[in-house]
Amino acid sequence: MTTTSWKPTAKEIVEKAELFTSGHRACAGCGPAIALRQVMKATRGPTIVTNATGCMEVVSTIYPYTAWKVPWIHTAFENVAANASGIEAALKAMKRKGRLAHENIDVIAFAGDGGTFDIGIQALSGAVERGHDFLYVLYDNEAYMNTGIQRSGSTPHGASTTTSPAGRVIPGKLQYKKPIADIMVAHEIPYVATASIAYWQDLLVKARRGLETEGPAFMHIFTPCPRGWRYDTSKTIEIARLGVETCIFPLWETIDGEYNLSPQSKIFALKPERKKKISGYLKMQRRFKHLFRPKFKHVIDEIQHRVDERWNRLLKRCNMTQSD
Amino acid sequence: MNKTLKGWKDIPIAGVCWKPATQYLTGDWKTFKPIHDAEKCTKCLLCPMICPDSAIKWNQTNEEIEFDYDFCKGCGICANECPADAIKMVREGGE
Amino acid sequence: MAVAQQKTLAMNGDEAVALAVKQSDVDVVAAYPITPQTIIVERLSEYVANGEVETEFVCTESEHSALTACLAASATGARTFTASASAGLALMHEILYVTSGCRAPVVMAIANRALSAPINIHCDHSDSMVERDSCWIQIYAENSQETYDSMIQSFRIAEHLQVLLPVMVCLDAFVLSHTLENVQILADETVRKFVGVRQFPLVMGHEGKEVPFKLDPNNPITMGPLDLHDYYFEHKRQQEEAMKIAPRIIKEIHEEFSRISGRKYGNGLIEAYRLEDADIATVCVGSTAGTTKTVVDHLRTKGTKAGLLRLRTFRPLPLTEIMGALENVKALAIMDRSNSFGGSGGPIYHEIRHSMYDAPTHPHIVNYIYGLGGRDMPPTTILNIYKDLQEILQTKKVKRDVQFAGVRQ
Ligand SMILES: Cc1ncc(C[n+]2csc(CCOP(=O)(O)OP(=O)(O)O)c2C)c(N)n1
Ligand code: SF4
Ligand code: SF4
Ligand code: SF4
Ligand SMILES: [Mg+2]
Repeated sequence: MTTTSWKPTAKEIVEKAELFTSGHRACAGCGPAIALRQVMKATRGPTIVTNATGCMEVVSTIYPYTAWKVPWIHTAFENVAANASGIEAALKAMKRKGRLAHENIDVIAFAGDGGTFDIGIQALSGAVERGHDFLYVLYDNEAYMNTGIQRSGSTPHGASTTTSPAGRVIPGKLQYKKPIADIMVAHEIPYVATASIAYWQDLLVKARRGLETEGPAFMHIFTPCPRGWRYDTSKTIEIARLGVETCIFPLWETIDGEYNLSPQSKIFALKPERKKKISGYLKMQRRFKHLFRPKFKHVIDEIQHRVDERWNRLLKRCNMTQSD
Repeated sequence: MNKTLKGWKDIPIAGVCWKPATQYLTGDWKTFKPIHDAEKCTKCLLCPMICPDSAIKWNQTNEEIEFDYDFCKGCGICANECPADAIKMVREGGE
Repeated sequence: MAVAQQKTLAMNGDEAVALAVKQSDVDVVAAYPITPQTIIVERLSEYVANGEVETEFVCTESEHSALTACLAASATGARTFTASASAGLALMHEILYVTSGCRAPVVMAIANRALSAPINIHCDHSDSMVERDSCWIQIYAENSQETYDSMIQSFRIAEHLQVLLPVMVCLDAFVLSHTLENVQILADETVRKFVGVRQFPLVMGHEGKEVPFKLDPNNPITMGPLDLHDYYFEHKRQQEEAMKIAPRIIKEIHEEFSRISGRKYGNGLIEAYRLEDADIATVCVGSTAGTTKTVVDHLRTKGTKAGLLRLRTFRPLPLTEIMGALENVKALAIMDRSNSFGGSGGPIYHEIRHSMYDAPTHPHIVNYIYGLGGRDMPPTTILNIYKDLQEILQTKKVKRDVQFAGVRQ
């Protein structure tokens, strides 16, 4: 796989037309909406977008309005990768038969964590195994937000959701987050990346790489949700940044299976003392509020332990070890 | 029946949308409003990149940052993130 | 137009489907194997492997994805085909509605098979009958020849600009799917010319102009939005309208096809067999009609005024045609190869009996649930049904309105 030389400047990007426009009805301060805007700013030409059921589908296409300036289709919750497969297959066949007006059309599939970690994983696994040429973008807000904040396979340990509520005896979700991006790497697809809306340039470059990849590319974007995570709407980017600074959501990519730590995370491998404690991150979000009760305080240590464990494992994969 | 809504013969098939979202103003959602201080602004162009609602525009002609209050929902992200402290959130109708 | 040159080949129903797809300039096939439909998928894979078609074949990881991929490909502008049966069709259930709701003209062959449990691979109609409300046109074939012919017609019906609905072509498991039969085959060019290239209607998009109804970067449209109480109902009403127009289109395309093939199946919607003066008659879909015709012939030699009505389309249900054909029948047996458990008989019975409510004269109507899980329907069983009808005709009394034919006590 070749890597893009594209390094967008802020000016170039702000001057580029909005393909995902204003007038959508996401909550104020919505992280996923920022992700969609940023990804669409990385497109390189004619593009077709398909969306799984979830917040972004709902808020962007409330009939008869649409916030999309590109051809867009939603069909169901668990099948967005199959939508992409069908679109890509159609483009291939029509091109072969001389019935396509474009030399190339990129295909992007957007889905939430529910549509990816849980109900959509079969269609996703099948589509990438078949090798369809498309970019799959997971916007991860760590729960089923559209249906009222239920837990998903992505919801972090200790988070309170409406189906993993913090009670008198249970401290929120008991399980840990599924390592979805590693699962996608295990599919041996040409490109996998994690990204954060707090680092727009890194995100855009990765999205462009995904589009330029021949074959399936997968992007996991960390997108805080003020409604479901229960924090003030102004903090979306701040929390997204903290996710990287605490190493609970490190930024990396794999090109043909080779792990590479992105600069925004590499700094914490080189200077571990800069890595922030997870408690500050948890403290900002009321979904973790109960963890600060004496009874559940140990959960914070457990989370910190698991973050460190995963971070060290990632460093090994990236051929780096934490110098401490 | 609502007279302003169209009948089944007058709308496209299959739920194809026929209005751009830019005709649906979300500006009245806000209780706080960002006020931009052009003096302090370094034109770093961070805020237009992180506004969820594309409500911060870069005016190419006069090279200025402009806020589109028709769509700004008042989340305050821009004010929270501006490195130059050039955006202040004020209560709607308060200034 | 003169009847085109044809050749006769021995093939089973599945192979007839695959051949029709090969000849119909299909862009995308996305499918998943399930007995007794598997041969279709296998033959199509061979055509692709041998470079005999330009079709893109997507061998998905499930039927849910197979139909989804067809739907999305269709929305992108492709002519698409899939095939399924039983559990596979049940797994598609959600997407059947999405496909018709998106007005995607996907064509699907169903090798009708029983639903689990217990698991069974043989014929009955439970799998497609349960999908009768999904806004798919349903054509039930009597033999492999009709399967082949119906497949070719279906692309035209589905893609017709006033219809734009998906079509299921149903063929009975094993009886048709796996049984060799002589099938008359049209030349590739003849079929290609008949199906033509897919056209698109213009729709009002969000940029204030009319644009072709497909996902095209030159004229972007949004498909499959959130549609709430203010407009969803209107979109469903549009679908009903398409179903109302469909019978005329199905008849026209059937007629046009008969001019090149020399073959007709009634008027394309129903086939009335020796019904003009019949006192007693049965109604059925699928291959059972073949056996029933020989029973009717036999009864006629004995002077019994027996007849048969075969429904070729169950959706749309050609009510006027059915009423007209059954006008003079005095005792009627409706044959259902599926059951509505806890209801009052099978689906065909429900609909025909219900529509008789408005008829000036009411025949006696009984229902036979038969052939579940591939249970044989031999001529003797059918003969007994006509005997029951004769008794009803004489006594003017119906003892039991819903019965199970061929089940052991
Ligand atoms: C088959 C099916 N099951 C359940 C639902 C209900 N449902 C719609 S969206 C959703 C959750 C979406 O969660 P996620 O993918 O994380 O997206 P988000 O809303 O958080 O953006 C659920 C459960 C559905 N639409 N379809
Ligand atoms: S619930 Fe969260 S993800 Fe959904 S629109 Fe609101 S802020 Fe965005
Ligand atoms: S973030 Fe602040 S300094 Fe940068 S462009 Fe916006 S207002 Fe100006
Ligand atoms: S307050 Fe929020 S919506 Fe308004 S301009 Fe700032 S970032 Fe955009
Ligand atoms: Mg989610």
